[in-house]
Amino acid sequence: MAEITAPEDRRRLVTLLSPAYLWLTLAVFLPLSAMLFFSFLTDLPQDAPDWGFTLENYLSFGESEVYATLLWKSLKLGVTVTFFCILIGYPCALVLARTIKGRARETLFLLVILPFWSNSLVRIFSWAIVLRGNGVLERGLEAVLPWDIRLNLMFTTHAVVIGLVHSYLPYVILTSYLALQAIDDDIVDAARSMGASTLTILRRLLLPLSLPGLLAGAVLVFVPVVGSFMEPRILGGRHGTYYGTVIEDQFVAVYNWPLGAALSFVLLAVVLLILGLSTPILRRART
Amino acid sequence: MRRPLLPLLGRAWLALILVFLYAPILVMAAMSFNASPFYQLPFEFSTRWYADMAMNPQIIEASLRSVGIALATMVIATALGTAASIALFRYDFPGKRVLQVLLFPPIAIPWLITGTAMLIFFFAIGIGRGTPAVLIGHVALALPYVIVTVSARLSSFDVTLEEAARALGADAWTVLRRVTLPWIAPGIVAGALFAFAVSFDQFVVSYFLAEPGDSTLPVLIYTAIRKGFTPEINAISTIIITVSMGIMFLATRKSSFGGSR
Repeated sequence: MAEITAPEDRRRLVTLLSPAYLWLTLAVFLPLSAMLFFSFLTDLPQDAPDWGFTLENYLSFGESEVYATLLWKSLKLGVTVTFFCILIGYPCALVLARTIKGRARETLFLLVILPFWSNSLVRIFSWAIVLRGNGVLERGLEAVLPWDIRLNLMFTTHAVVIGLVHSYLPYVILTSYLALQAIDDDIVDAARSMGASTLTILRRLLLPLSLPGLLAGAVLVFVPVVGSFMEPRILGGRHGTYYGTVIEDQFVAVYNWPLGAALSFVLLAVVLLILGLSTPILRRART
Repeated sequence: MRRPLLPLLGRAWLALILVFLYAPILVMAAMSFNASPFYQLPFEFSTRWYADMAMNPQIIEASLRSVGIALATMVIATALGTAASIALFRYDFPGKRVLQVLLFPPIAIPWLITGTAMLIFFFAIGIGRGTPAVLIGHVALALPYVIVTVSARLSSFDVTLEEAARALGADAWTVLRRVTLPWIAPGIVAGALFAFAVSFDQFVVSYFLAEPGDSTLPVLIYTAIRKGFTPEINAISTIIITVSMGIMFLATRKSSFGGSR
Protein backbone atom coordinates (compact mmCIF):
# COMPACT_ATOMS: atom_id res chain seq x y z
CA MET A 1 0.00 0.00 0.00
CA ALA A 2 1.28 3.42 -0.89
CA GLU A 3 0.70 6.82 0.58
CA ILE A 4 -0.65 9.22 -1.98
CA THR A 5 2.15 11.59 -2.88
CA ALA A 6 2.41 12.17 -6.62
CA PRO A 7 -0.43 14.07 -8.31
CA GLU A 8 -0.46 11.26 -10.87
CA ASP A 9 -1.31 8.79 -8.10
CA ARG A 10 -4.07 11.06 -6.91
CA ARG A 11 -5.54 11.21 -10.40
CA ARG A 12 -5.38 7.44 -10.74
CA LEU A 13 -7.07 6.99 -7.38
CA VAL A 14 -9.92 9.30 -8.31
CA THR A 15 -10.36 7.62 -11.71
CA LEU A 16 -10.57 4.19 -10.12
CA LEU A 17 -12.81 5.09 -7.21
CA SER A 18 -15.21 7.74 -8.42
CA PRO A 19 -17.36 5.72 -10.86
CA ALA A 20 -18.39 3.20 -8.19
CA TYR A 21 -18.96 5.77 -5.47
CA LEU A 22 -20.74 8.25 -7.74
CA TRP A 23 -23.08 5.42 -8.71
CA LEU A 24 -23.72 4.54 -5.07
CA THR A 25 -24.32 8.21 -4.30
CA LEU A 26 -26.83 8.60 -7.11
CA ALA A 27 -28.67 5.36 -6.42
CA VAL A 28 -28.49 4.97 -2.65
CA PHE A 29 -27.20 7.91 -0.64
CA LEU A 30 -29.03 10.72 -2.42
CA PRO A 31 -32.32 8.77 -2.48
CA LEU A 32 -32.09 8.07 1.25
CA SER A 33 -31.50 11.77 1.91
CA ALA A 34 -34.25 12.76 -0.50
CA MET A 35 -36.64 10.50 1.37
CA LEU A 36 -36.11 12.51 4.53
CA PHE A 37 -36.90 15.70 2.60
CA PHE A 38 -40.03 14.24 1.00
CA SER A 39 -41.31 12.96 4.30
CA PHE A 40 -41.86 16.59 5.36
CA LEU A 41 -43.90 17.52 2.28
CA THR A 42 -47.66 17.81 1.92
CA ASP A 43 -47.55 16.65 -1.67
CA LEU A 44 -45.10 15.62 -4.33
CA PRO A 45 -43.73 18.65 -6.20
CA GLN A 46 -44.23 16.87 -9.54
CA ASP A 47 -47.93 16.23 -8.76
CA ALA A 48 -49.06 19.39 -7.02
CA PRO A 49 -47.63 22.84 -7.68
CA ASP A 50 -48.91 24.06 -4.30
CA TRP A 51 -46.85 21.68 -2.22
CA GLY A 52 -45.56 22.78 1.14
CA PHE A 53 -43.83 21.62 4.25
CA THR A 54 -45.62 19.82 7.02
CA LEU A 55 -44.99 17.68 10.04
CA GLU A 56 -48.26 15.88 9.50
CA ASN A 57 -46.74 12.69 8.09
CA TYR A 58 -44.84 12.18 11.30
CA LEU A 59 -47.66 13.44 13.52
CA SER A 60 -49.99 10.83 12.04
CA PHE A 61 -47.67 8.34 13.63
CA GLY A 62 -48.67 9.63 17.04
CA GLU A 63 -52.30 10.44 16.23
CA SER A 64 -53.41 7.10 14.98
CA GLU A 65 -52.16 4.07 16.82
CA VAL A 66 -52.19 1.99 13.65
CA TYR A 67 -48.62 2.68 12.57
CA ALA A 68 -47.06 2.36 16.00
CA THR A 69 -48.99 -0.87 16.59
CA LEU A 70 -47.85 -2.30 13.27
CA LEU A 71 -44.24 -1.28 13.86
CA TRP A 72 -44.44 -3.06 17.21
CA LYS A 73 -45.96 -6.09 15.50
CA SER A 74 -43.12 -6.13 12.96
CA LEU A 75 -40.51 -5.81 15.72
CA LYS A 76 -42.12 -8.73 17.54
CA LEU A 77 -42.08 -10.74 14.32
CA GLY A 78 -38.37 -9.91 14.03
CA VAL A 79 -37.74 -11.18 17.57
CA THR A 80 -39.72 -14.40 16.97
CA VAL A 81 -38.02 -15.21 13.70
CA THR A 82 -34.57 -14.39 15.11
CA PHE A 83 -35.27 -16.59 18.14
CA PHE A 84 -36.19 -19.60 16.02
CA CYS A 85 -33.28 -19.03 13.64
CA ILE A 86 -30.88 -19.16 16.60
CA LEU A 87 -32.63 -22.10 18.25
CA ILE A 88 -32.52 -24.16 15.07
CA GLY A 89 -29.40 -22.75 13.44
CA TYR A 90 -26.84 -22.59 16.24
CA PRO A 91 -26.87 -26.35 17.01
CA CYS A 92 -26.59 -26.95 13.29
CA ALA A 93 -23.52 -24.69 13.05
CA LEU A 94 -22.10 -26.45 16.10
CA VAL A 95 -22.44 -29.86 14.48
CA LEU A 96 -20.98 -28.61 11.21
CA ALA A 97 -18.02 -26.83 12.76
CA ARG A 98 -17.11 -29.18 15.58
CA THR A 99 -18.08 -32.76 14.74
CA ILE A 100 -17.93 -33.06 10.96
CA LYS A 101 -14.57 -32.91 9.26
CA GLY A 102 -12.99 -32.60 5.87
CA ARG A 103 -14.78 -32.69 2.53
CA ALA A 104 -18.10 -33.75 4.01
CA ARG A 105 -18.11 -30.56 6.08
CA GLU A 106 -17.38 -28.38 3.08
CA THR A 107 -20.12 -29.98 1.03
CA LEU A 108 -22.71 -29.84 3.83
CA PHE A 109 -21.88 -26.21 4.57
CA LEU A 110 -22.37 -25.32 0.93
CA LEU A 111 -25.68 -27.21 0.88
CA VAL A 112 -26.88 -25.25 3.91
CA ILE A 113 -26.04 -21.80 2.58
CA LEU A 114 -26.92 -22.43 -1.06
CA PRO A 115 -30.69 -21.84 -0.69
CA PHE A 116 -29.93 -18.58 1.07
CA TRP A 117 -28.25 -17.23 -2.02
CA SER A 118 -31.08 -18.30 -4.27
CA ASN A 119 -34.31 -16.53 -5.11
CA SER A 120 -36.17 -15.63 -1.89
CA LEU A 121 -39.49 -14.90 -3.59
CA VAL A 122 -39.55 -18.34 -5.20
CA ARG A 123 -38.71 -19.97 -1.88
CA ILE A 124 -41.62 -18.21 -0.19
CA PHE A 125 -43.84 -19.27 -3.07
CA SER A 126 -42.76 -22.87 -2.55
CA TRP A 127 -44.02 -22.67 1.04
CA ALA A 128 -47.35 -21.42 -0.23
CA ILE A 129 -47.66 -24.64 -2.22
CA VAL A 130 -46.59 -26.81 0.72
CA LEU A 131 -48.81 -25.14 3.31
CA ARG A 132 -51.99 -24.48 1.37
CA GLY A 133 -55.15 -26.18 2.63
CA ASN A 134 -55.36 -29.77 1.48
CA GLY A 135 -51.86 -29.24 0.15
CA VAL A 136 -48.81 -31.43 0.17
CA LEU A 137 -48.07 -31.13 3.88
CA GLU A 138 -51.58 -32.03 5.02
CA ARG A 139 -51.89 -34.90 2.55
CA GLY A 140 -48.46 -36.13 3.51
CA LEU A 141 -49.31 -36.15 7.22
CA GLU A 142 -52.63 -37.83 6.51
CA ALA A 143 -50.83 -40.62 4.74
CA VAL A 144 -48.65 -41.24 7.79
CA LEU A 145 -51.06 -40.53 10.64
CA PRO A 146 -54.28 -42.45 11.14
CA TRP A 147 -56.53 -39.46 11.85
CA ASP A 148 -57.68 -36.50 9.78
CA ILE A 149 -55.40 -33.52 9.77
CA ARG A 150 -56.50 -29.94 9.40
CA LEU A 151 -53.45 -27.83 9.98
CA ASN A 152 -54.82 -24.69 8.36
CA LEU A 153 -51.37 -23.19 8.42
CA MET A 154 -51.65 -21.14 5.26
CA PHE A 155 -52.59 -17.49 5.80
CA THR A 156 -51.62 -17.49 9.46
CA THR A 157 -48.84 -15.84 11.43
CA HIS A 158 -47.29 -19.31 11.78
CA ALA A 159 -46.94 -19.53 8.01
CA VAL A 160 -45.22 -16.14 7.91
CA VAL A 161 -42.80 -17.19 10.66
CA ILE A 162 -42.04 -20.51 8.94
CA GLY A 163 -41.36 -18.79 5.63
CA LEU A 164 -39.13 -16.14 7.18
CA VAL A 165 -37.17 -18.65 9.28
CA HIS A 166 -36.63 -20.65 6.10
CA SER A 167 -35.41 -17.50 4.34
CA TYR A 168 -32.98 -16.29 6.97
CA LEU A 169 -31.87 -19.43 8.85
CA PRO A 170 -28.71 -19.82 6.72
CA TYR A 171 -27.51 -16.37 7.92
CA VAL A 172 -27.29 -17.52 11.54
CA ILE A 173 -25.70 -20.80 10.53
CA LEU A 174 -23.16 -19.00 8.34
CA THR A 175 -21.98 -16.46 10.93
CA SER A 176 -22.04 -18.95 13.85
CA TYR A 177 -20.18 -21.52 11.80
CA LEU A 178 -17.44 -19.07 10.85
CA ALA A 179 -17.00 -18.09 14.52
CA LEU A 180 -17.08 -21.70 15.74
CA GLN A 181 -14.62 -23.11 13.24
CA ALA A 182 -12.13 -20.36 14.14
CA ILE A 183 -11.90 -21.73 17.71
CA ASP A 184 -8.64 -23.56 18.23
CA ASP A 185 -9.09 -27.33 18.68
CA ASP A 186 -6.28 -27.33 21.25
CA ILE A 187 -8.30 -25.22 23.68
CA VAL A 188 -11.18 -27.69 23.52
CA ASP A 189 -8.83 -30.64 23.91
CA ALA A 190 -7.16 -28.98 26.88
CA ALA A 191 -10.52 -28.41 28.57
CA ARG A 192 -11.53 -32.00 27.92
CA SER A 193 -8.26 -33.43 29.27
CA MET A 194 -8.82 -31.47 32.47
CA GLY A 195 -12.13 -33.23 32.90
CA ALA A 196 -14.65 -30.75 31.49
CA SER A 197 -17.88 -32.35 30.32
CA THR A 198 -19.29 -31.71 26.86
CA LEU A 199 -21.89 -29.41 28.37
CA THR A 200 -19.29 -27.41 30.27
CA ILE A 201 -17.17 -27.05 27.16
CA LEU A 202 -20.18 -25.78 25.27
CA ARG A 203 -21.32 -23.40 28.01
CA ARG A 204 -17.98 -22.03 29.18
CA LEU A 205 -15.91 -22.23 26.01
CA LEU A 206 -17.68 -22.59 22.67
CA LEU A 207 -20.68 -20.40 23.38
CA PRO A 208 -18.78 -17.37 24.74
CA LEU A 209 -16.14 -17.57 22.02
CA SER A 210 -18.68 -17.78 19.21
CA LEU A 211 -21.10 -15.26 20.70
CA PRO A 212 -20.01 -12.37 18.42
CA GLY A 213 -20.72 -14.50 15.35
CA LEU A 214 -24.05 -15.64 16.74
CA LEU A 215 -25.11 -12.07 17.55
CA ALA A 216 -23.97 -10.82 14.15
CA GLY A 217 -26.21 -13.46 12.58
CA ALA A 218 -29.08 -12.38 14.82
CA VAL A 219 -28.77 -8.76 13.69
CA LEU A 220 -28.57 -9.80 10.05
CA VAL A 221 -31.82 -11.75 10.47
CA PHE A 222 -33.67 -9.23 12.61
CA VAL A 223 -33.14 -6.17 10.40
CA PRO A 224 -34.55 -7.49 7.12
CA VAL A 225 -37.41 -9.29 8.88
CA VAL A 226 -38.63 -6.03 10.42
CA GLY A 227 -38.70 -4.56 6.92
CA SER A 228 -40.29 -7.59 5.23
CA PHE A 229 -43.50 -7.22 3.24
CA MET A 230 -43.49 -9.83 0.47
CA GLU A 231 -43.37 -12.81 2.86
CA PRO A 232 -46.35 -11.69 5.03
CA ARG A 233 -48.30 -10.76 1.89
CA ILE A 234 -47.94 -14.18 0.30
CA LEU A 235 -48.11 -16.39 3.40
CA GLY A 236 -50.04 -14.26 5.86
CA GLY A 237 -53.18 -13.40 3.92
CA ARG A 238 -55.60 -11.58 6.21
CA HIS A 239 -53.09 -11.78 9.08
CA GLY A 240 -50.30 -10.52 6.89
CA THR A 241 -50.56 -6.80 7.61
CA TYR A 242 -47.27 -5.57 8.98
CA TYR A 243 -45.34 -2.34 9.02
CA GLY A 244 -43.65 -3.25 5.75
CA THR A 245 -46.91 -4.00 3.94
CA VAL A 246 -48.31 -0.62 4.99
CA ILE A 247 -45.29 1.11 3.47
CA GLU A 248 -45.75 -0.97 0.32
CA ASP A 249 -49.40 0.16 0.18
CA GLN A 250 -48.45 3.84 0.32
CA PHE A 251 -46.32 3.41 -2.79
CA VAL A 252 -48.28 0.96 -4.94
CA ALA A 253 -51.91 1.26 -3.84
CA VAL A 254 -52.73 4.43 -1.88
CA TYR A 255 -50.14 6.65 -3.59
CA ASN A 256 -49.46 8.73 -0.52
CA TRP A 257 -45.74 8.95 -1.13
CA PRO A 258 -44.92 11.57 1.52
CA LEU A 259 -46.57 9.41 4.20
CA GLY A 260 -44.79 6.36 2.78
CA ALA A 261 -41.50 8.27 2.93
CA ALA A 262 -42.13 9.21 6.57
CA LEU A 263 -43.00 5.60 7.48
CA SER A 264 -39.93 4.35 5.61
CA PHE A 265 -37.76 6.88 7.36
CA VAL A 266 -39.00 5.86 10.80
CA LEU A 267 -38.13 2.28 9.88
CA LEU A 268 -34.71 3.44 8.66
CA ALA A 269 -34.13 5.21 11.98
CA VAL A 270 -35.00 2.01 13.88
CA VAL A 271 -32.73 -0.05 11.63
CA LEU A 272 -29.83 2.40 11.95
CA LEU A 273 -30.28 2.43 15.72
CA ILE A 274 -30.08 -1.36 15.85
CA LEU A 275 -27.10 -1.47 13.47
CA GLY A 276 -25.40 1.31 15.43
CA LEU A 277 -25.87 -0.47 18.75
CA SER A 278 -24.55 -3.70 17.32
CA THR A 279 -21.56 -2.22 15.47
CA PRO A 280 -19.10 -3.20 18.22
CA ILE A 281 -20.43 -6.77 18.05
CA LEU A 282 -20.34 -6.90 14.27
CA ARG A 283 -16.80 -5.55 14.26
CA ARG A 284 -15.67 -8.19 16.73
CA ALA A 285 -17.39 -10.87 14.68
CA ARG A 286 -15.40 -9.97 11.60
CA THR A 287 -12.01 -10.26 13.24
CA MET B 1 -22.23 -45.07 25.68
CA ARG B 2 -22.89 -41.31 25.81
CA ARG B 3 -20.12 -40.28 23.50
CA PRO B 4 -21.41 -41.67 20.19
CA LEU B 5 -24.97 -40.62 20.97
CA LEU B 6 -24.37 -36.88 20.87
CA PRO B 7 -22.70 -36.67 17.44
CA LEU B 8 -25.42 -38.97 16.14
CA LEU B 9 -28.13 -36.61 17.40
CA GLY B 10 -26.21 -33.72 15.85
CA ARG B 11 -26.10 -35.40 12.49
CA ALA B 12 -29.80 -36.16 12.67
CA TRP B 13 -30.45 -32.49 13.45
CA LEU B 14 -28.36 -31.42 10.48
CA ALA B 15 -30.28 -33.83 8.25
CA LEU B 16 -33.59 -32.40 9.49
CA ILE B 17 -32.40 -28.87 8.68
CA LEU B 18 -31.48 -29.90 5.16
CA VAL B 19 -34.94 -31.43 4.74
CA PHE B 20 -36.50 -28.20 6.03
CA LEU B 21 -34.40 -26.13 3.60
CA TYR B 22 -34.88 -28.25 0.50
CA ALA B 23 -38.25 -29.99 0.88
CA PRO B 24 -40.44 -27.04 -0.14
CA ILE B 25 -38.27 -26.33 -3.16
CA LEU B 26 -38.43 -29.97 -4.23
CA VAL B 27 -42.19 -30.05 -3.69
CA MET B 28 -42.57 -26.97 -5.87
CA ALA B 29 -40.40 -28.54 -8.56
CA ALA B 30 -42.38 -31.80 -8.39
CA MET B 31 -45.68 -29.95 -8.64
CA SER B 32 -44.51 -28.21 -11.80
CA PHE B 33 -44.53 -31.67 -13.39
CA ASN B 34 -47.95 -32.60 -12.00
CA ALA B 35 -50.78 -32.65 -14.52
CA SER B 36 -53.44 -31.29 -12.16
CA PRO B 37 -53.89 -27.52 -12.34
CA PHE B 38 -55.01 -27.50 -8.70
CA TYR B 39 -51.96 -29.30 -7.33
CA GLN B 40 -54.12 -32.35 -6.77
CA LEU B 41 -52.64 -35.69 -5.82
CA PRO B 42 -52.08 -38.47 -6.88
CA PHE B 43 -49.21 -37.24 -8.92
CA GLU B 44 -49.44 -37.61 -12.65
CA PHE B 45 -46.40 -36.68 -14.70
CA SER B 46 -46.81 -34.03 -17.35
CA THR B 47 -44.70 -31.35 -18.99
CA ARG B 48 -47.70 -29.32 -20.08
CA TRP B 49 -46.96 -26.44 -17.69
CA TYR B 50 -43.54 -26.00 -19.22
CA ALA B 51 -45.12 -25.97 -22.66
CA ASP B 52 -47.70 -23.41 -21.47
CA MET B 53 -44.99 -21.32 -19.94
CA ALA B 54 -42.97 -21.32 -23.14
CA MET B 55 -46.05 -20.11 -25.02
CA ASN B 56 -46.79 -17.33 -22.55
CA PRO B 57 -45.46 -14.11 -24.13
CA GLN B 58 -45.52 -12.25 -20.80
CA ILE B 59 -43.29 -14.81 -19.11
CA ILE B 60 -40.90 -14.97 -22.05
CA GLU B 61 -40.66 -11.20 -22.27
CA ALA B 62 -40.07 -10.82 -18.53
CA SER B 63 -37.45 -13.59 -18.61
CA LEU B 64 -35.53 -11.91 -21.39
CA ARG B 65 -35.74 -8.58 -19.59
CA SER B 66 -34.53 -10.11 -16.33
CA VAL B 67 -31.58 -11.83 -17.98
CA GLY B 68 -30.71 -8.67 -19.93
CA ILE B 69 -30.76 -6.49 -16.82
CA ALA B 70 -28.76 -9.08 -14.89
CA LEU B 71 -26.10 -9.23 -17.62
CA ALA B 72 -25.85 -5.45 -17.82
CA THR B 73 -25.68 -5.23 -14.02
CA MET B 74 -22.96 -7.85 -14.02
CA VAL B 75 -20.80 -6.02 -16.57
CA ILE B 76 -21.17 -2.55 -15.03
CA ALA B 77 -20.91 -3.60 -11.37
CA THR B 78 -17.91 -5.84 -12.04
CA ALA B 79 -16.03 -3.12 -13.93
CA LEU B 80 -16.73 -0.34 -11.42
CA GLY B 81 -16.36 -2.63 -8.42
CA THR B 82 -13.03 -4.11 -9.51
CA ALA B 83 -11.61 -0.64 -10.19
CA ALA B 84 -12.72 0.56 -6.74
CA SER B 85 -11.30 -2.56 -5.04
CA ILE B 86 -7.91 -2.04 -6.64
CA ALA B 87 -7.87 1.61 -5.54
CA LEU B 88 -8.91 0.69 -2.00
CA PHE B 89 -6.24 -1.98 -1.88
CA ARG B 90 -3.36 -0.08 -3.40
CA TYR B 91 -3.61 3.35 -1.88
CA ASP B 92 -3.75 4.76 1.59
CA PHE B 93 -5.63 8.02 1.88
CA PRO B 94 -7.66 9.98 4.38
CA GLY B 95 -11.28 8.87 4.39
CA LYS B 96 -10.55 5.35 3.16
CA ARG B 97 -12.21 3.79 6.23
CA VAL B 98 -15.33 5.86 5.57
CA LEU B 99 -15.50 4.68 1.97
CA GLN B 100 -15.26 1.07 3.13
CA VAL B 101 -17.99 1.55 5.71
CA LEU B 102 -20.21 3.19 3.07
CA LEU B 103 -20.41 -0.17 1.29
CA PHE B 104 -22.62 -1.56 4.02
CA PRO B 105 -25.79 0.56 3.79
CA PRO B 106 -26.82 -0.94 0.43
CA ILE B 107 -26.43 -4.43 1.92
CA ALA B 108 -27.67 -3.82 5.46
CA ILE B 109 -30.62 -1.47 4.99
CA PRO B 110 -33.80 -3.38 4.13
CA TRP B 111 -34.50 -3.24 0.41
CA LEU B 112 -37.98 -1.94 1.13
CA ILE B 113 -36.42 1.30 2.38
CA THR B 114 -33.80 1.53 -0.37
CA GLY B 115 -36.36 0.68 -3.05
CA THR B 116 -38.94 3.24 -1.98
CA ALA B 117 -36.24 5.89 -1.56
CA MET B 118 -35.00 5.20 -5.10
CA LEU B 119 -38.53 5.43 -6.44
CA ILE B 120 -39.10 8.85 -4.88
CA PHE B 121 -35.70 10.18 -5.89
CA PHE B 122 -35.79 8.87 -9.46
CA PHE B 123 -39.18 10.49 -9.96
CA ALA B 124 -37.92 13.77 -8.53
CA ILE B 125 -34.94 13.93 -10.89
CA GLY B 126 -36.87 12.76 -13.94
CA ILE B 127 -35.61 9.21 -14.43
CA GLY B 128 -38.95 7.88 -13.24
CA ARG B 129 -39.87 4.22 -13.41
CA GLY B 130 -38.79 1.65 -15.94
CA THR B 131 -35.91 -0.53 -17.03
CA PRO B 132 -33.18 2.18 -16.76
CA ALA B 133 -34.25 2.88 -13.17
CA VAL B 134 -34.20 -0.84 -12.36
CA LEU B 135 -30.70 -1.16 -13.84
CA ILE B 136 -29.38 1.81 -11.84
CA GLY B 137 -30.79 0.28 -8.67
CA HIS B 138 -29.47 -3.22 -9.34
CA VAL B 139 -25.93 -2.02 -10.07
CA ALA B 140 -25.91 -0.08 -6.79
CA LEU B 141 -27.02 -3.19 -4.86
CA ALA B 142 -24.49 -5.42 -6.63
CA LEU B 143 -21.48 -3.08 -6.28
CA PRO B 144 -20.75 -3.78 -2.59
CA TYR B 145 -20.81 -7.54 -3.23
CA VAL B 146 -18.31 -7.18 -6.07
CA ILE B 147 -16.03 -4.90 -4.03
CA VAL B 148 -16.11 -7.20 -0.99
CA THR B 149 -15.43 -10.32 -3.08
CA VAL B 150 -12.64 -8.81 -5.17
CA SER B 151 -11.07 -7.17 -2.10
CA ALA B 152 -11.05 -10.53 -0.32
CA ARG B 153 -9.06 -11.99 -3.20
CA LEU B 154 -6.76 -8.94 -3.37
CA SER B 155 -5.87 -9.25 0.30
CA SER B 156 -3.89 -12.38 -0.58
CA PHE B 157 -2.04 -10.56 -3.35
CA ASP B 158 1.67 -10.02 -2.87
CA VAL B 159 2.48 -6.40 -3.71
CA THR B 160 6.12 -7.22 -4.24
CA LEU B 161 5.07 -8.97 -7.46
CA GLU B 162 3.96 -5.60 -8.83
CA GLU B 163 7.17 -3.99 -7.62
CA ALA B 164 9.19 -6.73 -9.28
CA ALA B 165 7.38 -6.23 -12.56
CA ARG B 166 7.95 -2.48 -12.29
CA ALA B 167 11.62 -3.02 -11.59
CA LEU B 168 11.83 -5.16 -14.71
CA GLY B 169 10.56 -2.22 -16.71
CA ALA B 170 6.81 -2.83 -17.07
CA ASP B 171 4.63 0.28 -17.13
CA ALA B 172 1.60 0.66 -14.84
CA TRP B 173 -0.84 -0.59 -17.44
CA THR B 174 1.19 -3.70 -18.23
CA VAL B 175 1.58 -4.46 -14.52
CA LEU B 176 -2.18 -4.26 -14.08
CA ARG B 177 -2.93 -6.36 -17.14
CA ARG B 178 -0.22 -9.00 -16.80
CA VAL B 179 0.29 -9.27 -13.03
CA THR B 180 -2.55 -7.89 -10.93
CA LEU B 181 -5.61 -8.84 -12.97
CA PRO B 182 -4.59 -12.47 -13.61
CA TRP B 183 -4.06 -12.92 -9.88
CA ILE B 184 -7.43 -11.53 -8.85
CA ALA B 185 -9.31 -13.12 -11.77
CA PRO B 186 -11.05 -15.77 -9.62
CA GLY B 187 -12.27 -12.99 -7.32
CA ILE B 188 -13.54 -11.01 -10.30
CA VAL B 189 -15.37 -14.05 -11.69
CA ALA B 190 -16.96 -14.74 -8.30
CA GLY B 191 -17.90 -11.06 -7.94
CA ALA B 192 -19.46 -11.07 -11.41
CA LEU B 193 -21.52 -14.17 -10.58
CA PHE B 194 -22.68 -12.55 -7.33
CA ALA B 195 -23.64 -9.41 -9.25
CA PHE B 196 -25.63 -11.44 -11.78
CA ALA B 197 -27.41 -13.31 -8.99
CA VAL B 198 -28.18 -10.17 -6.97
CA SER B 199 -29.86 -8.67 -10.02
CA PHE B 200 -31.52 -11.83 -11.35
CA ASP B 201 -33.04 -12.67 -7.96
CA GLN B 202 -33.83 -9.12 -6.96
CA PHE B 203 -37.50 -8.61 -6.28
CA VAL B 204 -38.06 -5.75 -3.86
CA VAL B 205 -36.19 -2.96 -5.63
CA SER B 206 -37.45 -4.08 -9.07
CA TYR B 207 -40.98 -4.17 -7.72
CA PHE B 208 -40.90 -0.47 -6.89
CA LEU B 209 -38.89 0.63 -9.92
CA ALA B 210 -40.31 -1.48 -12.77
CA GLU B 211 -43.00 -0.06 -15.01
CA PRO B 212 -46.19 -2.12 -14.52
CA GLY B 213 -46.22 -3.03 -18.24
CA ASP B 214 -42.65 -4.28 -18.43
CA SER B 215 -41.80 -6.04 -15.22
CA THR B 216 -38.94 -8.39 -14.43
CA LEU B 217 -39.52 -12.07 -13.78
CA PRO B 218 -39.73 -11.92 -9.96
CA VAL B 219 -42.17 -9.00 -10.15
CA LEU B 220 -44.31 -10.90 -12.65
CA ILE B 221 -44.31 -13.94 -10.34
CA TYR B 222 -45.31 -11.85 -7.32
CA THR B 223 -48.21 -10.31 -9.21
CA ALA B 224 -49.27 -13.74 -10.46
CA ILE B 225 -49.09 -15.28 -6.97
CA ARG B 226 -51.32 -12.57 -5.57
CA LYS B 227 -53.88 -13.15 -8.31
CA GLY B 228 -54.00 -16.87 -7.49
CA PHE B 229 -51.18 -18.96 -8.74
CA THR B 230 -50.99 -21.60 -11.44
CA PRO B 231 -48.55 -24.45 -12.15
CA GLU B 232 -47.12 -22.30 -14.94
CA ILE B 233 -45.64 -20.15 -12.20
CA ASN B 234 -44.24 -23.34 -10.63
CA ALA B 235 -42.55 -24.18 -13.89
CA ILE B 236 -40.84 -20.81 -14.31
CA SER B 237 -40.03 -20.68 -10.58
CA THR B 238 -38.39 -24.09 -10.80
CA ILE B 239 -36.25 -22.86 -13.67
CA ILE B 240 -35.32 -19.68 -11.78
CA ILE B 241 -34.27 -21.47 -8.62
CA THR B 242 -32.22 -23.98 -10.61
CA VAL B 243 -30.44 -21.16 -12.43
CA SER B 244 -29.85 -19.09 -9.32
CA MET B 245 -28.61 -22.02 -7.25
CA GLY B 246 -26.33 -23.06 -10.09
CA ILE B 247 -24.81 -19.60 -10.31
CA MET B 248 -24.32 -19.34 -6.58
CA PHE B 249 -22.77 -22.79 -6.53
CA LEU B 250 -20.18 -21.61 -9.05
CA ALA B 251 -19.66 -18.33 -7.19
CA THR B 252 -19.04 -20.00 -3.83
CA ARG B 253 -16.62 -22.42 -5.46
CA LYS B 254 -14.67 -19.48 -6.90
CA SER B 255 -14.62 -17.38 -3.75
CA SER B 256 -13.68 -18.04 -0.16
CA PHE B 257 -17.36 -18.09 0.90
CA GLY B 258 -17.33 -21.83 0.38
CA GLY B 259 -15.87 -22.19 3.84
CA SER B 260 -12.66 -23.90 2.90
CA ARG B 261 -10.18 -25.01 5.56
